Amino acid sequence: MMDARRIRRDFPVLEQMVNGRPLVYLDSAATAQKPRPVIEAVRRFYEEYNANVHRAIHTLGERATAEYEEARRKVARFINAPGPRSIVFTKNATESINLVAYSWARGNLKPGDEILVSPIEHHSNLVPWQLAARATGARLRFFDVTPDGRLRLDNLEGLITERTRLVAVTHVSNVLGTIVPVHEIVAAARRVGAVVLVDGAQSVPHMPVDVQALGCDFLAFSGHKMGGPTGIGVLYGREELLERMDPFLGGGDMISAVRLESSEWADLPHKFEAGTPPIAEAIGLGAAVDYLGGIGMDQVHAHEQRLTAYACERLREVPGVTIYGPEERGGLVTFNVGDIHPHDLATVLDQHGIAIRAGHHCAQPVMDWLGVPATARASFWIYNTEEDIDRLVDGLRAAKEFFGHVP
Amino acid sequence: MSLENSYPVKLNELYRDVILDHYRRPRNKGQLEQPSVSVDLHNPVCGDEITLQLLVEEGRIRQARFMGRGCSISQASASMMTQQLEGKTLAEAEEMLDRFKRMMRGDETAGEPLGDLYALHGVAKFPVRVKCALLSWEALERSLEKLR
Repeated sequence: MMDARRIRRDFPVLEQMVNGRPLVYLDSAATAQKPRPVIEAVRRFYEEYNANVHRAIHTLGERATAEYEEARRKVARFINAPGPRSIVFTKNATESINLVAYSWARGNLKPGDEILVSPIEHHSNLVPWQLAARATGARLRFFDVTPDGRLRLDNLEGLITERTRLVAVTHVSNVLGTIVPVHEIVAAARRVGAVVLVDGAQSVPHMPVDVQALGCDFLAFSGHKMGGPTGIGVLYGREELLERMDPFLGGGDMISAVRLESSEWADLPHKFEAGTPPIAEAIGLGAAVDYLGGIGMDQVHAHEQRLTAYACERLREVPGVTIYGPEERGGLVTFNVGDIHPHDLATVLDQHGIAIRAGHHCAQPVMDWLGVPATARASFWIYNTEEDIDRLVDGLRAAKEFFGHVP
Repeated sequence: MSLENSYPVKLNELYRDVILDHYRRPRNKGQLEQPSVSVDLHNPVCGDEITLQLLVEEGRIRQARFMGRGCSISQASASMMTQQLEGKTLAEAEEMLDRFKRMMRGDETAGEPLGDLYALHGVAKFPVRVKCALLSWEALERSLEKLR
């Protein structure tokens, strides 16, 4: 069994007091803290071999290129991609999705085509498709949602039809925690030849993800939610699709030949990496992948499942707490406490040294569906312990007492 | 652990009794039949919403009402603001707005003549909450622009 207390010591930021109490960080779904090996890898790059990649003919440049490309291979192995050519480095999951919404969608969608999206998406996997639909004349359709926040799959045949060209769906909902059975959706999409994009921002950091087993065509995720730096994201794409797509951004590093009137594109994946990439960030992400590999993603998942079950159990002991989302969920709990506004709750908890997220979580349609303006969310990762959850529950009781008007 | 003794002092600076009172029993919550001006605003960061309505006669605000949903700070701020707006000339409302904004930037003395609203000065120490307190005032600012 994974030892979260030992792991915690690898995260320098957690060793601090906030407002006079030891910090309890329960906002990893927004961004995760960074373990020492990641911070070290970034520091080493800047102190020992900072240089641009793919063009410098000197020792530092060669080492930077080698480490950058090694990070790509590590990421490919981490999600069991067939090879590094299918791994494109981007800025974040949002950019990864936008890349597909421009380069794939603009080249493949026409009026009458349908894009199937789920109503429980983060804005980053909804707004790009609204833009793509507007640009191409394609139409958006939506999965139905069960009362507890799962996607309805018993009516897939009516939803995924000959007109469906693309299905964009989250793997794990950032609000409800819903774990989407991507495999079943992929099978239905295959039957009609539709392409499937999976938003893995909340799954890749938390559970084993194997793109070949999932069978998806694209997988987008962010480095900073899995212990890597900000400013680095990943798009996995099936090579045949990536080959046929036009570039997203034009510039240096993505060309093989440039003339005044036209150019030829570089080979995969460089065709999609215009300009100087986030080199230190990619290398940092490589270190994060090594770190998680050392723990084992099945261990990470099991740890979070234990913690989440414990959190739900403890939160239910507090009168007035409403928990949103299905029983089976990823490592987060979204809730409200009576009529205390989540902002007020977050402020009181922060004064007790506890960091949670409060607001609409960049998922306003989910808030509308829940019928609340905002919610509080506690999200967990490898360094969280049952004591953290006990502190949260104490904090909630303190907040109730403070506002003094909750059942 | 004793929770009673564990309230951090800073919290009491933010949530003064008068603020919690206005939050629990908001004044002037409702709609006007024939407002001179009506402004809807929402805070995209948190989803809070407000509708502010003013009835202006001969350059004076006769009635002020608000609707919406939000946290204790945004609701109390709207409640106290509407209470103090009634009877003020538009120029006096402008001055209140200016004073309140200065108070939110940390200028405590600017807020002293604002009566109950002065209780919100503690919000300036919580930068992420300043937006909550300012929401109704932004609605006032737009209303005054429309009336000009």
